Amino acid sequence: MITTLNALLVVVLLINLFVLGSSRISALIQAVAVQGVVLGVMPLLAHGRSSLMPGLLAIATVLVKGSLIPKMLGKALRDAHIKREIEPIIGFMPSTLLGALGTAAAIGLAAKLPLAADHAQTLIVPAALSTVFTGFLLLTTRIKAITQAIGYLVLENGIFIFGLLLIEAVPLFVELGVLLDVFVGVFVISIIIHHIHREFDSLDTRRLSALKE
Amino acid sequence: MMVAITILIHCLLLVMMPPLLLGVINKTKALFAGRVGPPLLQPYYDLARLMRKGMVFSTTTTWVFRAAPFVTLAAVLIAGLMIPLGPFDAPIRFTGDLVLFAYLFGLARFFTTSAAMDTGSSFEGMGAAREVTFACFSEPALFLAFLVLARLSGTLSLSPMLRAPLTVPLAGLPVASLVLVAVGLFVVLLAENSRIPIDDPNTHLELTMIHEVMVLDHSGPLLGIILYGAAVKLFVLSAVVLHVLAPVKAGWAAADWALFVVEMLGVAAAIGVVESAMARLQLRHVPTLLVAACLLCAFGFLLMLR
Amino acid sequence: MSVALIILPLLAAALAAVVRSGRIRPWLLPPVGAAHLVLTMLALLHPDSVGVTRWLALDPPGRIVLLIVSVLFFICSVYSVGYLRYRGELSNRIFCVALLVFLAATTLVICSRHLGLMWVAMEATTLATAPLIYFNRTPRSIEATWKYLLVGSVGIALALLGSFFLAYAAVQKGVDSSLLFDDLLRNAPLLSKPWLHVAFILLLVGYGTKMGIAPMHTWKPDAYGEAPGVVGALLAGGVTNCAFLALVRVDHICRAAGEGNYTGRLLVFMGILSMVVAAIFMVGQRDFKRMLAYSSVEHMGILVLAIGIGGGAVFGGLLHMVNNGLTKGVLFLSAGNIHRAFNGKTIDSVQGAMRRLPLSGTLFLLGFLAITGSPPFGPFISEFSILNGAFGRGRYWVGAIFLSLLLIIFIGMGRTVLTVCQGKPSAAARGTEYRDGLLTGLPIVASFAAVLLLGIYVPAPLDRLLREAVRFLEVRP
Repeated sequence: MITTLNALLVVVLLINLFVLGSSRISALIQAVAVQGVVLGVMPLLAHGRSSLMPGLLAIATVLVKGSLIPKMLGKALRDAHIKREIEPIIGFMPSTLLGALGTAAAIGLAAKLPLAADHAQTLIVPAALSTVFTGFLLLTTRIKAITQAIGYLVLENGIFIFGLLLIEAVPLFVELGVLLDVFVGVFVISIIIHHIHREFDSLDTRRLSALKE
Repeated sequence: MMVAITILIHCLLLVMMPPLLLGVINKTKALFAGRVGPPLLQPYYDLARLMRKGMVFSTTTTWVFRAAPFVTLAAVLIAGLMIPLGPFDAPIRFTGDLVLFAYLFGLARFFTTSAAMDTGSSFEGMGAAREVTFACFSEPALFLAFLVLARLSGTLSLSPMLRAPLTVPLAGLPVASLVLVAVGLFVVLLAENSRIPIDDPNTHLELTMIHEVMVLDHSGPLLGIILYGAAVKLFVLSAVVLHVLAPVKAGWAAADWALFVVEMLGVAAAIGVVESAMARLQLRHVPTLLVAACLLCAFGFLLMLR
Repeated sequence: MSVALIILPLLAAALAAVVRSGRIRPWLLPPVGAAHLVLTMLALLHPDSVGVTRWLALDPPGRIVLLIVSVLFFICSVYSVGYLRYRGELSNRIFCVALLVFLAATTLVICSRHLGLMWVAMEATTLATAPLIYFNRTPRSIEATWKYLLVGSVGIALALLGSFFLAYAAVQKGVDSSLLFDDLLRNAPLLSKPWLHVAFILLLVGYGTKMGIAPMHTWKPDAYGEAPGVVGALLAGGVTNCAFLALVRVDHICRAAGEGNYTGRLLVFMGILSMVVAAIFMVGQRDFKRMLAYSSVEHMGILVLAIGIGGGAVFGGLLHMVNNGLTKGVLFLSAGNIHRAFNGKTIDSVQGAMRRLPLSGTLFLLGFLAITGSPPFGPFISEFSILNGAFGRGRYWVGAIFLSLLLIIFIGMGRTVLTVCQGKPSAAARGTEYRDGLLTGLPIVASFAAVLLLGIYVPAPLDRLLREAVRFLEVRP
């Protein structure tokens, strides 16, 4: 159970690196969708006891993260008629290297935080911290608005991973509320992206710099 | 006695088998394309033909140009003597031989690129520059993969290291790390042997070549030696990858050798499949792929550290 | 009771969504605001009838925040009717629905006793206010909304991670790990310290982003600058106070766990940093709405500073929350009126507001005096209490820095406000059709009267509420 969980977490980490290095936005959306599906399967693995809660959560997560959100983003992408991200300030390859460094740092940091007995062998904490860092990196270094939204999604995925440690503590309905919030958040973001495109005829956020001191 | 026979079979395979691998790759690609393709033993015929031909030397070349093929072949053959084939020990082994292994390849590369630049041709210089740049990325990947195996086996000698996935009991096997290392090593294999998606061995456009362009000026027996050396390099690296990809053991010596031969042919077929299924990457994206391979091996190593 | 407080605005929002007439729809807002205020008063007078489940209840600090949010919403709802009538060219359906959902969400934040539920509600306030900022539909307001949404969402995501870390601090020690505040407070000394430390930092950054303290304040000048005045007032008095409440609750848990020194140091640092940043950017600020945003940053810094110092300063901090909310209401609403009358919001085009709009201009000037801490207004009393508390705890340097920063801010803000208010309005400004009306003027006067009242005398019920909250937040070592 634990090794399968760890293997899936490694897959998540690899998807992070791919997302940092790729410039094709539709590939990014698909990668985050796959990441969502992998995350959806994890509650069933993190807790050996089969019960209703992890099962419901798994179905809801796979549906929302794997299907609904990518559809919304895909629609926003098609509306905007763009295909690729512009070379960011840091560059794709240095972003990937920075992400790898961040993962190494996350593994180191996670070693300092004590874990409960039945979680000690899992990679959950390093994977969570590294995914959060990847999301952050995407949000801050990317230029197109839709890639920044994808960064936000990756950030939320990272937080979800950490939530796996807490399936008993955090009741189902709060997890579902979090999922709903993410969904509505992406929905609102998509609408704003649509308006940005309509107003500026591009999703280049460098155009959104009229307001400054 | 057994040891002598093992060493003999090892040397025989090392010397005789490599061109067969090239033949299998070409045949696989032909089958994928719906053609009949060249016979499996075609590379042997090619080598024999090249040995009979005369040689032409450019006036700008020096002894480096003439020596390079020999140095390359010698380096790769010695490297081949240092890796264990299948579950058997290598003829040459000592602690720290993995460093020598990596640097034998480096020596071979150095001489090949020097010979290329020796001709004074701009195409060959360009190919040499590319080759060295990509090597900068693939060597760390190789070393990191070796580090994972070293940590798993607890020694720094290639023979026990590469057989570690076989000898370590199943429960203590870090599967995630090994899978990552296997993928990384496969990409290194493709890179070092100039296969698609890094380099297209069938291209005839010099501007797109990496390895082929470096040997444009060689002819006759020297070209034959270079081709043969490249095949041996493919054999050696395939044998390394095989240890991580498919660590199985039959138990009985003869069966083990047969299994090894079959697995090598399988790796060659896999390379053929990859070459048929993928297109060559744009040159500026190749470093990204190699860095990705490097990072995979690094991840594997990080996971082992926990 | 808390359920009614939350359901009522939601039902009204549903109603607002279906009402077709753009002229009738704004009139839904004041009744809902009034009903909410009445229910709030009832809840405060009969504290025991509030809790339906363990998840929804009003703790003493929550009561104060609920009071200020409810009052502010009522004032703004009356103002909105006049405002939306003046802006008849834009569809106000989304505006009204979002405003009512905002009220429901903020009430939920205040009433929730569960860390996770509070988070969900906080995120809901972000999502509800984003369309409000975009009301003007200009390119600059899109930019402001985008920055607000992204920075706010990232901040709130970090707050979620911090909440999870806090939960894990309990799980790791094998302690009952429900995220209810009562349980967390009871089990606080048993929680795992490393997890608690990291959790507090993340929660401080996360909820601090919603509050708008430095260095997470970058969305504030843009959002407050481009949003309508009403929205600015609700953001500055409603959302920031809710985020502050969340921070107070988390700090309470950490102090109960014995980490008071650690959290106090961090809070004081962030408070001073916010005030410094606000001071730097307010000097020479040309846009008076952005100036108000920096003023909000400053006052959030003051609130955080008060909680960080602890002891007697806590009373001052909670009182300041009320004063700041009401004064910001005055400032933002009158700034909105001035913006409309002059069709511009920088000091290049806006001069002589007192002549052009006698009511709003004067109130803007008086509001400036109030917010910078002049007697006889409310903020003077609260800032004085905080200073008293600081010196009482021996934090002389902190008090001195606090005073000097207040002075710098007074000078910086004064330049902008006096330029806006004094002088002669230009001919173009005199030609615009806006005049101060009953609906757009009376709310500001009411708010201002409250600020003046609190400066002279804190009513006994309010004083009792504040002291109860201070006692609740105290932790016996």
